[in-house]
Amino acid sequence: MGYDPANPMKDRITDIGPPHYAQFYPQVIKDNHGKWLYHEILKPGVLKHVSESGAECYTVRCASARLISISLIRDMCDIADKHCDGVLRFTTRNNVEFMVDSAAKLQPLVDACNAHGMLPIGGTGASVSNPVHTQGWVHCHTPATDASGVVKAVMDELFEYFTSMKLPAKVRVALACCLNMCGAVHCSDIAILGVHRKPPLIDNDTISAVCELPLAVAACPLGAIKPAKGINSAGEEVKSVAINNDRCMFCGNCYTMCPSLPLADAEGDGIAILVGGKISNARSMPKFSKMVIPFLPNTPPRWPETVAAVKNILEVYAKDARKYERVGEWAERIGWEKFFEKCNIPFSDKCIDDYRLAYTTWRTSTQFKFTSHIK
Amino acid sequence: MPKHDTPLLDQLESGPWPSFVSDLKRQAEQNPQCWDILGQLELSYVDKITHWKHGGIVGVFGYGGGIVGRYSDVPKQFPGVAHFHTVRVNQPSSKFYNTKVLRQICEIWERRGSGMTNMHGSTGDMVLLGTFTEQLEEIFYELTHDVGVDLGGSGGNLRTPSCCLGKARCEWACYDTAAACHHITNAYQDELHRPAFPYKFKTKFSGCPNDCVAAIARSDLSVIGNWRDNIRINQAEVKGYLKGDYAPSGGAFSGRDWGKFDIQKEVIALCPTGCMWMEGDVLKIDDAECTHCMHCINVMPRALRPGVVTGATILMGAKAPILDGAQMSTLVVPFIKMDMENEFAEYKAIIEKAWDWWMEEGKNRERIGETAQRVGLPAFLKVMEVEPIPQHVKEPRSNPYVFWKDEEVEGGFERSLAEFRKKHPM
Repeated sequence: MGYDPANPMKDRITDIGPPHYAQFYPQVIKDNHGKWLYHEILKPGVLKHVSESGAECYTVRCASARLISISLIRDMCDIADKHCDGVLRFTTRNNVEFMVDSAAKLQPLVDACNAHGMLPIGGTGASVSNPVHTQGWVHCHTPATDASGVVKAVMDELFEYFTSMKLPAKVRVALACCLNMCGAVHCSDIAILGVHRKPPLIDNDTISAVCELPLAVAACPLGAIKPAKGINSAGEEVKSVAINNDRCMFCGNCYTMCPSLPLADAEGDGIAILVGGKISNARSMPKFSKMVIPFLPNTPPRWPETVAAVKNILEVYAKDARKYERVGEWAERIGWEKFFEKCNIPFSDKCIDDYRLAYTTWRTSTQFKFTSHIK
Repeated sequence: MPKHDTPLLDQLESGPWPSFVSDLKRQAEQNPQCWDILGQLELSYVDKITHWKHGGIVGVFGYGGGIVGRYSDVPKQFPGVAHFHTVRVNQPSSKFYNTKVLRQICEIWERRGSGMTNMHGSTGDMVLLGTFTEQLEEIFYELTHDVGVDLGGSGGNLRTPSCCLGKARCEWACYDTAAACHHITNAYQDELHRPAFPYKFKTKFSGCPNDCVAAIARSDLSVIGNWRDNIRINQAEVKGYLKGDYAPSGGAFSGRDWGKFDIQKEVIALCPTGCMWMEGDVLKIDDAECTHCMHCINVMPRALRPGVVTGATILMGAKAPILDGAQMSTLVVPFIKMDMENEFAEYKAIIEKAWDWWMEEGKNRERIGETAQRVGLPAFLKVMEVEPIPQHVKEPRSNPYVFWKDEEVEGGFERSLAEFRKKHPM
C-alpha cells in the first residue's frame, strides 16, 4: 500500500479533479439552492439569506490572514463541528464563513468566533474587507516587497473599517509584491504594489548555462535587452545580453525568464500605490486602478509610510465621497487634480503615462479645475 | 523553544488583525520546519530582499504542473526550508468544505509538509505551502487515494477554474456557477494537468455582473451571469423601501447616518442609463434601455430581482500588465445559455474554438488577450465565428485606417495602370 517509487505508475490515480462541491453544502443550502429571495446584513460580518420557502441561512464572516496553519484550520473545523454541522466555506477574498440555519444558533456561533481571538467578524457591506494578496518574501523569488507583513500592518490600522460599515461604498484593498500583479492589484479601490527602481545585474558566470537568451530578450516590454558578448569573472568572453538602462523601467520580467538577471535591492525596492479600480459593473463599467504614489520605501516590519498613505486616501475618500460611490467613481467625478489636492499627495512626472497608448490618458481639453498645483 | 530570534517579525504579533506570525509560531510547535520559515523571513526583513532561489522544477509523474518548486538561497542556515515546494490542490467549487475532508488534508500535511497553507491562492487552489521533493509523490498518492482530490494547475495550461458561490447562497445568480465550474474543470482535466498551450489560460464563473470572483479582470475567458428579459419588480416591497421598512442594500451602509432612503437620489439618479422613474409610488423601468448593471437590484434586494430568461455574457482576454499592459476582458458573446442539461455545450464550443486558434497562432508566452490585440478584434471575432455587433465596442474607431479585403471591393485589387492612364495621363 502507498506510493511505490520502484513502480511509479502503478496504482496512479489521475484527472479526478476537485471533489464534488454539493457534498459539502449545509442542509439549508442543499434545500434552498437557487431559491433565495433576498438577503440582509444584520450587523457587520453577519448575513441573513431568506429563501422562497421561508428558510433562513445565517452567515458569520471572519477575517483570515490567508497564510494560515493547519492548527488554525482545525480550530475552524472545531467551530464548524460544534455549531454548523461540520460545514464551512472560504470567500473569494479569503475570509472564512460559518453558516447556521436559525437565528437561535447565531449568537453561540458569534460567541465562539469572538472567543477564539484569531477570527474577527466583519468584512460585509460598506467596509474594507480582507486584502487579496500574494506570496512576498514567504515563498516567491521575484517580489519587490513582502505581502503578509504589509497586509498585517495595513489591516491593523484599518481594522475599524473591517468591523464596521461606515464607508460610502465597499473599499477593496489588494497587494501584489511585484508587477506580475498576481491577484487583484490592477482592479482594486486601493492597491499596494511592489516595485523595483534599479536595472538588473548581469551574471556572466552563469547566464549562458542557465538562460535561453532569446526568451530574456523577448521578455522586455520596452526592447531594452539585446544579445551581446559578456565577460565572465575568469575574463572569458561568453554569450550574454546587454541592457540599455535608459530604456529599462525595472519590471523584472527578464529575471522571471532568466535567473542570471537579478534586480532585487534593499534601497531600490519599495511600494507604489494605485487607486480607483473596480470589478463590478454596478453604475460605472469596471476600471483599472491608477498610480498615484510612485514610490514608498520598504520599511519592515510595519511599513509606516505605506500604512499612512493607504489610511490617508481611505479617510479623505470616506469624508468626501457620496453614498454608493467607489473610490474610482469619486476620483473621476471630482477630477484627478482634486484627488491629488484633497489627499495632499504630491504629483510628479512618474504618474504621467509614457507607455504606448499613453496619449489617451493626457488631458486634451480645457476642462480642468484650478487647484494648488497651478501657481 | 524558538529556533531563531525574530525581533522584527515579533512586532507583527500585536494589533487586532489575525497575525500570521503568531500562527506560524504556534504551528512550529508541531512542525519545527516552521521555525526556519520564520528565520528566513526575518532575514528577508533585515536584508529587504527575498531569499528564495530563482524558479524550481518539480512535480509528479503524469502531470506537467500542479507543484511550484522553491529552494532557499540560505539552506545551511535554514535547513527546514532548503526545499519549500508548494502543492496546489484543486478546491471544490465555491470553496464549501466539510470538516472531514479538511481534517484529512491537514493530517496529510502535518506528516508530509510544513503545516502551513494559503486558504486560498488567488486563482482558487488550496495551497499547501512548503514541503520537500521526496514527499511530493507521497502527498499526491494520499490526496488521490485517501481524500479523492486532485492537484490544481500551473504552467502553460488551463489553470484551476473558480467561481462565485452562485445559486448556493445568492438570490442574483443567473446560472449555476458551481455546476459550470465543476463540470468544466472535469471536462478539461487533460488541458489542466499537462501544459499544451502557448501560455497560461484561466476561466472564471460569476453569477451576475457584480462579478464576485472578478472574472472580468482575472480570467482569459470570463463567464458573467446575465438576463435578457425584464427585471422583476415587487411593487409592494418597493413601497416598503419608500416607507423606510427596509434598509437599502440590505443594511450595507448602516454604520453611518446617510439620512432617510431617497429612491430618487439613491436609485433613479444613479441609474447609468436613466431608464427608471416613479409614477406615484410605483417604480417603472424601461428594460429595453437597461444595461443590467445591478445597481438598483443591489440597493433594493427585496423589491427587484434579475429576470427569468437567464444565461451568461462571455468576455475574453483579461490579464495582468506583463507584457503589453493590463487588460480587462472584452465582450465577445453577449448572451449564451449555461445549462447543465446540455453539459454547457455553448460554453465548450467557445473555449474550444479559442484554444484551437490560439494554440496555433499564439506566440510563446503570449496570453490570448495579447494575441487578440495583435491580430485585432475584427480578426479575433472571425476566429470566434461571431458576427460583429455594436455591443463589441465602447465606441467606433475614430481613425480612418480601415482594412478592406480584395473580395470586399468591387473589381478587386488587380488593376491595370494602362487603363488608369487612359483617363489620367501623367
